[in-house]
Amino acid sequence: MSATLSRQKWRLFKDKAAARGIAFGGISVILAIVVIFFYLLYVVLPLFKSADIDELSSYPMPGSAEPTLYLALEEQNEIGARLSADGMITFFTTEHGEVMLQQQLPIPDGTQIVSLASADPNRATVALGLSNGQALVFKTAYKTSFPNNVRVITPQLEYPLGRTPIPINPSGYPLEELGFEINDNGAAFASVNRSRAVNFVYMEKEESFLSDEVSFNTTRTELDVNIPVRRLLIDKDIFELYILGEKGGLSFYSLDDKTSPELVQHITNLDTAGKITDIRFLAGGISLLVATEKGRVSQWFPVRDEEGRESLTKIRSFDSHDSRISAITPEYNRKGFITIDDRGNIGIHHTTAGKTLLVEKINDNAIQKLAISPRASAFIAEDSERHLHFWHIDNEHPEVSFNSLWGKVWYESYDEPEYLWQSSSASNDFEPKFSLVPLSFGTLKAAFYAMLVAVPLAILGAIYTSQFMAPRMRQLVKPSIEIMEALPTVIIGFLAGLWLAPFIESELAGIFSILIFMPAGVILLAYAWSHWIPSNLRNSVPAGWEAALMVPGVLIIAYTAYQFGGLMETWFFGGDMVHWFSHTLGIPFDQRNSLVIGLAMGFAVIPTIFSIAEDALFAVPKHLINGSLALGATPWQTLVRVVLLTASPGIFSAVMIGLGRAVGETMIVLMATGNTPVMDFSIFQGMRTLSANIAVEMPESELNSTHYRVLFLAALVLFAFTFIFNTVAEIVRQRLRRKYSSL
Amino acid sequence: MKMRQWFNTGTPWIWLNAAAVATSLILVFGLLGLIAVRGLGFFWPSDVMQAEYTNQQGDVIRIIGEIHDEEEISATRVRDSGFSVPDDDSVYTRYLFKVGNRDQYGIDFRQVLAKDLDAITYPETVMVIERREWGNFYGFLRSVSESGQVVAEGEAARAELNTRLERALDLHEQIRDIEKGDIGQINYELERLRLRERALELEGSTNPARLADIAEERDYWNDKYQALQSQLSELYSKIDRDSLSAEIQDGRMVEIPLAKVVHVTYPNDMNLLQKIGTYFMKLWEFVSDEPREANTEGGIFPAIFGTVMMVIIMSIIVTPFGVIAAVYLHEYAKQGTLVRIIRIAVNNLAGVPSIVYGVFGLGFFVYFLGGNIDSLFFPEAKPSPTFGTPGLLWSSLTLALLTLPVVIVATEEGLSRVPRSLREGSLALGATKLETIWRIILPTTSPAMMTGLILAVARAAGEVAPLMLVGVVKLAPSLPLDGNAPFLHLERKFMHLGFHIYDVGFQSPNVEAARPLVYATSLLLVLVIIGLNLVAIQIRNRLREKYRALES
Repeated sequence: MSATLSRQKWRLFKDKAAARGIAFGGISVILAIVVIFFYLLYVVLPLFKSADIDELSSYPMPGSAEPTLYLALEEQNEIGARLSADGMITFFTTEHGEVMLQQQLPIPDGTQIVSLASADPNRATVALGLSNGQALVFKTAYKTSFPNNVRVITPQLEYPLGRTPIPINPSGYPLEELGFEINDNGAAFASVNRSRAVNFVYMEKEESFLSDEVSFNTTRTELDVNIPVRRLLIDKDIFELYILGEKGGLSFYSLDDKTSPELVQHITNLDTAGKITDIRFLAGGISLLVATEKGRVSQWFPVRDEEGRESLTKIRSFDSHDSRISAITPEYNRKGFITIDDRGNIGIHHTTAGKTLLVEKINDNAIQKLAISPRASAFIAEDSERHLHFWHIDNEHPEVSFNSLWGKVWYESYDEPEYLWQSSSASNDFEPKFSLVPLSFGTLKAAFYAMLVAVPLAILGAIYTSQFMAPRMRQLVKPSIEIMEALPTVIIGFLAGLWLAPFIESELAGIFSILIFMPAGVILLAYAWSHWIPSNLRNSVPAGWEAALMVPGVLIIAYTAYQFGGLMETWFFGGDMVHWFSHTLGIPFDQRNSLVIGLAMGFAVIPTIFSIAEDALFAVPKHLINGSLALGATPWQTLVRVVLLTASPGIFSAVMIGLGRAVGETMIVLMATGNTPVMDFSIFQGMRTLSANIAVEMPESELNSTHYRVLFLAALVLFAFTFIFNTVAEIVRQRLRRKYSSL
Repeated sequence: MKMRQWFNTGTPWIWLNAAAVATSLILVFGLLGLIAVRGLGFFWPSDVMQAEYTNQQGDVIRIIGEIHDEEEISATRVRDSGFSVPDDDSVYTRYLFKVGNRDQYGIDFRQVLAKDLDAITYPETVMVIERREWGNFYGFLRSVSESGQVVAEGEAARAELNTRLERALDLHEQIRDIEKGDIGQINYELERLRLRERALELEGSTNPARLADIAEERDYWNDKYQALQSQLSELYSKIDRDSLSAEIQDGRMVEIPLAKVVHVTYPNDMNLLQKIGTYFMKLWEFVSDEPREANTEGGIFPAIFGTVMMVIIMSIIVTPFGVIAAVYLHEYAKQGTLVRIIRIAVNNLAGVPSIVYGVFGLGFFVYFLGGNIDSLFFPEAKPSPTFGTPGLLWSSLTLALLTLPVVIVATEEGLSRVPRSLREGSLALGATKLETIWRIILPTTSPAMMTGLILAVARAAGEVAPLMLVGVVKLAPSLPLDGNAPFLHLERKFMHLGFHIYDVGFQSPNVEAARPLVYATSLLLVLVIIGLNLVAIQIRNRLREKYRALES
């Protein structure tokens, strides 16, 4: 007795435990599915985070008591460097401000530093203008070693042009204003001389073949600028010289010929609000950033007009400060920059995104100097109370904004704002172009052409199969079309790319002819069949088998139309339609184009649409149809007025699901489009879709980089898009099912 | 009048609809036919043509090869491709002529106009050699040599070649066994020893006994390696002994070492039966051999193997989860709006683009899960990743997720078709809910689960886009299953049929030569997938019949 009782208990226990276990398992499987969405979101969200800064430490200024001329940070944010007006360089730890190394620069006795110009920040090289007309060039360098597996960074000073200052102003006129740049080929200086003209000095590097010795070939040119000069800027490749006048005028010289700089453009007054307070190159040396006392920063770069003339153009401006901006500090490699103003605010901005990521008051006193670290992950600021503040910056993805993803952006070196996708390049200071518009456009274009092929074929086919086809034939036809849904798309893509694309290129006229003449041919054939064929032969084909009859019919029409197309090609298009399109009409023809995609992807989508539409049409209650027929309507009238109307939600959902499939399809578009992100509706051009783009670029994108996250965003867009489409379709379908059951 | 009446009845539109069905059917069967013809034709030993060819300079040269493709093209296009033909609108036949001998001429194919060919013959002595490198060879066998000394010439050469080739193939097999099997094992063991040593180092342990152990074991494997090396060099010197010399189309003699020969055939000298024999032999090689020459020649065995492994692991993962979720949704969850929403969501997941699953798999499985597994369990292998890189396990998991909706939906459909009477009968007899589900409902639904699983397998076998992100490679150095413990290497990358098609068709340097192989691979994949689907449909239909019988 007790044994059975305990067995009963055990059974009940098992039952309960299983209920719990299955509930747990079921819910976790469903959660796992939800996780997909949230994980995508989790990866994407950091893109839209604005910047964040927090202070790590603050200490009295290390080193000399003289004012700071130059401040810089080392790549690992461990060491800072400071140059004071007495020519003393101090390297200090950023954490506590302890002095690591102090060195006096070799400035000749009796001279003072009167100006300072730094080269591109990545080169960490600075030229000091001296009161005797000479310049001293030095570089801060850091050596990393690993004694006992601990990283040790040692700072040091280098003199790339030697320890002896270089005479720039021959007359010995003080270098009150200095422009400087150095690269692998040489160094360039620009200065103002006694007669208020600009003195351009270029030292071309000449390497001797026999020894490692480097000598310089110096050329000097004098430019008559006629305005009092305020600032001189040379770009990092030494191709451009900008001269800013005291009154806000700007002259733009081309340095293609280093011996005779050529004036390209002179702007008498830069269109900025208020007096200019600072002017800098953005990373890459193409754009100029101009700050004013009214708190505006504007970005300028040379743009070519229709005749190919370059003129400096204002691209965009940032108005996030409401007081005088005292300095701009560009990032080393990205197109971002930091501004500081007189009220102790700092602002972090990015030009491509066109947005200000952060404005924050970091000190009650004005900020005098600011240096950003090479990786833009920290900055060090000096306030008017002679304190240094070391801050951490969290700003991983400044280049992404809603506008840079979905709007037209005016990229550097482009003539106008454009939608562009160009995610990577060999060069370091390349401006990534993350516009999803060309990709979304390509996706929709591919889907559009596919639907153009698939919708008529699938829906007309579904109508016939469900309403007019003999049941026995239907049993064969439906599964044969449906099984194609399982056909791997890689095979369709392969055939489209390697068989269909060349075929279409060589038989374009034939293909067009088939597409154009097929409907008319079918009707003609049907007319012939029902009027000219003897009735006993006609009656031998049972009702509902017209489609079987149409198989040879379609083949005959296709063959005739194809032959006819060939003749047309010979008569009207010089025997080669592709040639005619591209040479006579000027329509470029890609072998892998939208026509190929339309046919191939259309083919892939037909089974999906066909199957769902056919189910909806077939499920239309028979009494409705019989009623209509009994009232004297022809089968066609019944179909159009009763069946199609009743089943239209089902057909709509079929098209929706087909569209969802076309949008997300990857392999076909990857293999048969050429994958160029062009925005062109031409049927003879390819495209790049969101999905193919992910497949191509994902394996190469670096984990957690902006590129990686933008690709995740593309996946999220696809996910959301198809999910919404499918949900709408599914809800419509369920409604329809309920409607049918109530009829 | 008559015409208009006819239009008014709507009959022409019905015919148009019929034509749409007919077109769809033509497309479907045309596609299958195209793949079948091209894929199966690949293995047929076609006749080798010898002809006098008048080239552009007017010289007459002899060419030997197979006609690979034939097309009718217009005069304009002929001129565009560099031929000079009279300036009229006539149409020309152009052959794509496979001349082989890539080592001699640089390219395998040349395009010739049919009108430039003359004196076409099919000499019975033409020999086709399938080589381990440089593609096919076409020529006439002249002599066979041993260590540079001619041993047979003329008529006798053919028989001599056969016996010597058998020996060379046998030696080649031995060499491959040693290189792949034994040396592969040694490398694997040595790598394991290195990792063990590194693990000790990371622990900070300087236990001399364990270090000595490792050193001793390493010596053992190194010794074994030396022994195998000497054995190998001996085999290599043996296999290099024989060679054949043959005359090619321009009359030059070419020396081919037998070590580089896979097959020798004389297609023009074969009767139909022999050709069929060769056909099946090539077919067998195709499915059982490893690829050669950047996948453009040889077989596709590793790709088949990889696909099968991936699908099996995926099935093991997806079946229990899919069934549990379906049972929960249908039997345990309270039927209401929430469950309806879940059902719609699950249904829709089947429509989410597969590449999205790939992206998720790469981010979540590979980088997040894999990265953490590496830090926890394989610190000694760092910085090279073990699981933190695309591989078999992650591919299977990703595809399991992708096919989960298929299994859930199919199982639920099965569950909903179980007649109420069965369920109620069992409960009325006193069985608990679990017992009812376990003993009555699940066995009745098992064909539905089977259907779901088969459909999932068919879907997974054809899916490529997500796999490109989470684990397939164009050429895997070793199979994911081998004789080295733990036998199944889930972290390895693998080859896949679908990706093989993409890779060989689009990334290979010699697309023209590889194309037939891609068709053959496609055919195999299509057959497998359509076969699986047909089985699934069959099971489902039978199941429906059974339920119908139960209901009545």
